[in-house]
Amino acid sequence: MRLPSFEEKLTEHGLDLAPLGVETLQVNVTRLCNQACHHCHVDASPKRTEQMSRATVDRCLEILARNPAITKLDITGGAPELNPHFDFFVEAARRLGKHVMVRHNLTVTIDGNPQTGESKRYLPEFFARHRVEVISSLPYFQEFFTDKQRGNGVFKKSVESLRLLNEQGYGKSDGAQGFGLTLNLVYNPVGAFLPAPQESLERQFKKELEAKFGVVFNGLFTITNMPINRFKKDLERLGAYDEYMTRLVSAYNPAAARGVMCRSLISVGHDGSLYDCDFNQMLDLNLSGESGGTVFDFNLDKLLNRKIIFGQHCYGCAAGAGSSCGGATAKV
Amino acid sequence: MNYYESKDLDRFGEIGQFRGELAEKFFDYYNAVTACDGALTKREKALIALAVAHAKQCPYCIDAYTTQCLETGANPDEMTEAVHVAAVMEAGMTLVHGVQMHNALRKRGAM
Repeated sequence: MRLPSFEEKLTEHGLDLAPLGVETLQVNVTRLCNQACHHCHVDASPKRTEQMSRATVDRCLEILARNPAITKLDITGGAPELNPHFDFFVEAARRLGKHVMVRHNLTVTIDGNPQTGESKRYLPEFFARHRVEVISSLPYFQEFFTDKQRGNGVFKKSVESLRLLNEQGYGKSDGAQGFGLTLNLVYNPVGAFLPAPQESLERQFKKELEAKFGVVFNGLFTITNMPINRFKKDLERLGAYDEYMTRLVSAYNPAAARGVMCRSLISVGHDGSLYDCDFNQMLDLNLSGESGGTVFDFNLDKLLNRKIIFGQHCYGCAAGAGSSCGGATAKV
Repeated sequence: MNYYESKDLDRFGEIGQFRGELAEKFFDYYNAVTACDGALTKREKALIALAVAHAKQCPYCIDAYTTQCLETGANPDEMTEAVHVAAVMEAGMTLVHGVQMHNALRKRGAM
């Protein structure tokens, strides 16, 4: 059975998903990671060498300084802390008064840099000092699913790292010393199925992590696995790609489509190239038309008038309760 | 060709090709029971359905409710426990009939 293209689906529902603004600059500073997760859409691993240069970091900071409408910097990777300019980038963006989010995989604090051996034990204190919002993947509140997706030993190290963040005051919702230090967790399914509803899963995660490990956090973001790169290969290996795509298409939700994150962010690659989102970046789908190809010709007005590039993977963001870097986007 | 094809589950609605009003009643009832939280959560209902699917040995239902359990946040420990509940219920139902055997033995003066 032929599945409709994402754009055909939008047309069927009379939706024109134009950009709404650029609230967030999401910058992918490296593909190097201390882990090599099964689902990783970046194909990140300890062997990758791509790093954002200091000149590109400086240019991103200039963009942030010149565009007050961009209030958030979302730093991702790989493990973004493994970029040599990471600490500088965070400090400088905070000095500009921007809200800084870091996609922190937790284990890098324990493992350090897999290529140089440099310790990263200072990260929890560094994040707290700069009041960074920490967003961390934890596929499940048990070892089995977590280690299956992220590698042996990852769950135990993640819990150790979460405790270090809690010690700094992260994840405590009120009253305590840590008020205002936000720690959000990210759940994505371990296999070819859609995430459970965000609210009920968050309740479950909170109950289990606190009862069994004494760990607290603020919110849980549920994210759908994108059928691209490593996860796509996994689906093909299992003979489940067609079934998964059919599942995504049948769960298409126009309300979730309206909330797709590409309407309010711009994604930057390690070389300064611009994209509609991190997934398009990994598929080398550069911005369309005249909207500016890199941070060095960044033009906000042109970006607001661009046509967002969609593909079949976009069903991942529009299925069920929707999916974005901030979790679900719609109620089901 | 097997008797059971997993893709056939998608054709379940075909049962409404004849006497569609009866199928409609069934699917309305089915969705009202399974598709939302009630006194039991959707997740708890999925685990019960998974257990029943095993007891009744329905491959369609095992497929569908494995996915439903995962998509409501259940994990393999919980799902396996649900299957054990089905298994011990089956075992218990067999064993408790031993009392009938004892009755029969007594009737024949053999116990």
